[in-house]
Amino acid sequence: MHNSNANLSETKAGFGMWIYIMSDCVLFAALFATYAVLNGQTFGNATPKEIVDLPYALLETLVLLTSSFTCGLALIASQKNKKDWMLGLLFATFLLGATFVGLEAHEFSKLISEGHGPQQSAFLSSFFALVGTHGLHVSIGLLWLLILMIYVAIKGLSERGKEKLFLFSLFWHFLDIVWICIFTFVYLFGLL
Amino acid sequence: MNLFGRLTLTALEHGFVESIGAGVVVLGAVCTLALLLYFKKFGWLWREYITSLDAKKIGIMYLVLAAAMGLRGFIDALMMRGEQATAVGGPGFLPPDHFAQIFTAHGVIMIFFVAMPFMFGLLNLMVPLQIGARDVAFPFINSLSYWLTVMGAMLVNLSLVAGSFAATGWLAYPPLSELQYSPGVGVDYYIWALQIAGIGSLLGGINFLVTIIKMRAPGMKLMRMPIFVWTALGSMSLVVFAFPVLTVTLALLTLDRTIGTHFFTTDLGGNVMMYVNLIWAWGHPEVYILILPAFGIFSELVPVFSQKRLFGYTSMVIATLLIVFLSFMVWVHHFFTMGAGADVNAFFGIMTMVISIPTGVKIFNWLFTMFRGRIVFKTPMLWFMGFLFSFTIGGVTGVLMSIPGADFMLHNSLFLVAHFHNMIIGGVVFGFFAGVSYWFPKIFGFMLNEKLGKLVFWLWIVGFATAFLPLYALGIMGMTRRLDYVDPASGWHALLIVAGIGACIIGLAILAQIYQFYVSIRDRKLHPAGDDPWNGRTLEWAVSSPPPEYNFATIPHISERDPLWYNPDLKKIVHEKSAPIEMPEHTAMGFCIAIAAFLLGFGMIWQMWWLALLGLVAAVLLVIVYSFIDHAHA
Repeated sequence: MHNSNANLSETKAGFGMWIYIMSDCVLFAALFATYAVLNGQTFGNATPKEIVDLPYALLETLVLLTSSFTCGLALIASQKNKKDWMLGLLFATFLLGATFVGLEAHEFSKLISEGHGPQQSAFLSSFFALVGTHGLHVSIGLLWLLILMIYVAIKGLSERGKEKLFLFSLFWHFLDIVWICIFTFVYLFGLL
Repeated sequence: MNLFGRLTLTALEHGFVESIGAGVVVLGAVCTLALLLYFKKFGWLWREYITSLDAKKIGIMYLVLAAAMGLRGFIDALMMRGEQATAVGGPGFLPPDHFAQIFTAHGVIMIFFVAMPFMFGLLNLMVPLQIGARDVAFPFINSLSYWLTVMGAMLVNLSLVAGSFAATGWLAYPPLSELQYSPGVGVDYYIWALQIAGIGSLLGGINFLVTIIKMRAPGMKLMRMPIFVWTALGSMSLVVFAFPVLTVTLALLTLDRTIGTHFFTTDLGGNVMMYVNLIWAWGHPEVYILILPAFGIFSELVPVFSQKRLFGYTSMVIATLLIVFLSFMVWVHHFFTMGAGADVNAFFGIMTMVISIPTGVKIFNWLFTMFRGRIVFKTPMLWFMGFLFSFTIGGVTGVLMSIPGADFMLHNSLFLVAHFHNMIIGGVVFGFFAGVSYWFPKIFGFMLNEKLGKLVFWLWIVGFATAFLPLYALGIMGMTRRLDYVDPASGWHALLIVAGIGACIIGLAILAQIYQFYVSIRDRKLHPAGDDPWNGRTLEWAVSSPPPEYNFATIPHISERDPLWYNPDLKKIVHEKSAPIEMPEHTAMGFCIAIAAFLLGFGMIWQMWWLALLGLVAAVLLVIVYSFIDHAHA
């Protein structure tokens, strides 16, 4: 099981995915830098402390981390050729991911309705850009996941399907790591 | 809210000179279409090129794009030189706003739509051949990358016809590029052209990185790779690390302009200098992205034309990797005047001096390769000698400006303009010209006319020196860049006329170049290239000219650094067919996705939201459809 994962990393597509993730890391790094530069520029509007709702962010975190867990289980199921298990677990991943996006959308709409929209200060602009870009990535991941499930449902669990799932799981776990950074630097540090 | 967003008929109204530009764009498009239809070549173009996934065909298309856009960029340059030579004591023939658009378009076009496609073209043509591969890792993504780049270029050209281009300088610094000061579509054209082309470049970077790491012929260890492949590896690593920063920077500027955020605005806490930092965190690596492959080309041809192995292969590799590493540590030298403080400026000044060391190592390696070699002075070697001369001047003036105190005086002056043209023309362009004259026989199967090639070189180098060396003096005399009007009392007029004459000589050089291609193509039957016209040492000279679509019938086994000099049998082995060869099928999908991206960009520029949405949905759907087709090569 462990070995076959390593092999998938060494295919052209697997290696290409790793390189893509590396470039995505740089993309997020630029957004984190922007956030770091602008997070004091509140210009009379809300400070990080005022907009952070830690229990809510913890809930988002738990939902997203659980989705990563089910995604990992789906990968194991795929390598054991258990297609139904795999599809079920992917569906659970999808539901959890969608819940995360829903929670974030609710958080954003609440902030905007309270007068803390991205147009109100440079800090809020950078907050929405950083957290929103992650949310956008998760949304794109959800679309990818949906297509992947349809692919496997139609074409069965081929080697190519397994490779596609592996690529998706890399992406999905990567988004988890980014979220952990966001949780730490935006939400936890925001409370300081 | 109407169907056409901000697009109205007034977008088509232009001043006199602009109308000529618009006319040329429209006429060019119509003539191309008419010629294709008249000669009934459209089907051929579609089958053989537009839908092709063959890296060599894509490489040729990249070169065609670079040449076409290069002509446009050069006409911009002529207009600027003309304006500065004539607008003395009174307005010139260009209105100030149009002049600003021209210098912006010139920079954008020359970097993004000439130098970048030129580089990707040469990589596509030579990297698979040099590493003993049949294709790149992801042929479909390769085609997509190319067409995204084309669509970016088409947006820039379209801005001549509908609306206007940015009048902000090639990096669109805010606050000038913010909605408050640039309310028109110019900056939006800039943003979307670069965003679309930039994503194409990023995909290309990933593609070549995977190709070089994963697809080398058996036995070709990293330290047996040709230096061109090493520099391509370095350059593509820089693409992967630098281009996401450009994507973010442009996206944040888009947000500022479309939904009213405050990243780079002057109010509500926005930070203008953050834009400048971000764009140069991409921009400085970008110049190394361009120059590294040029270094690689010289490292290929200097040993061949000196008939001697490359001196200091290992130090060449280390120097390349050091440049890759250090190129991310010098970006502040573009704006020492920001006021970051003595300590920060000192750090970046010293790092800038340090990065000149590996570059100097390379120069000496080439010189030592030539030392006691039997040098053959063919055109590629002439380009190399021209490069040595002009790149070294550029390097020395660069180190001069790396001293923050000196930079405070020279910042934004013509001294700087002369410096970076020395690097980009004398380094990148001469390098790529050397590459074209060196590899042309391999790609097309016949020789370029040598006599005319030498004439082209001499016109270029004389024109280049006449056009740019006066700018150093003008810079020291205090002339800042981007002036559309010159005071007669300044005493700059004479040198500006000299520079203008230099631009005209470069114009002659370009005409001679076009004539060289014409004559060479006309006489192609008389000068067949054969497989190996230069007694080359790397794998591309083993296959036939032009190479078959699959490059190598049998993938050779590599046991040496300069394989053909040590094992001439390879020239036979690569032609022997043993196992069946499977190449990817042609597909129009890359072209179609890029068209969708073009519609997305055009819709966003003119705020035709339905069109933008349509383009986005179409692009996503096409990707999904493509993912359901099972290919031998994904």
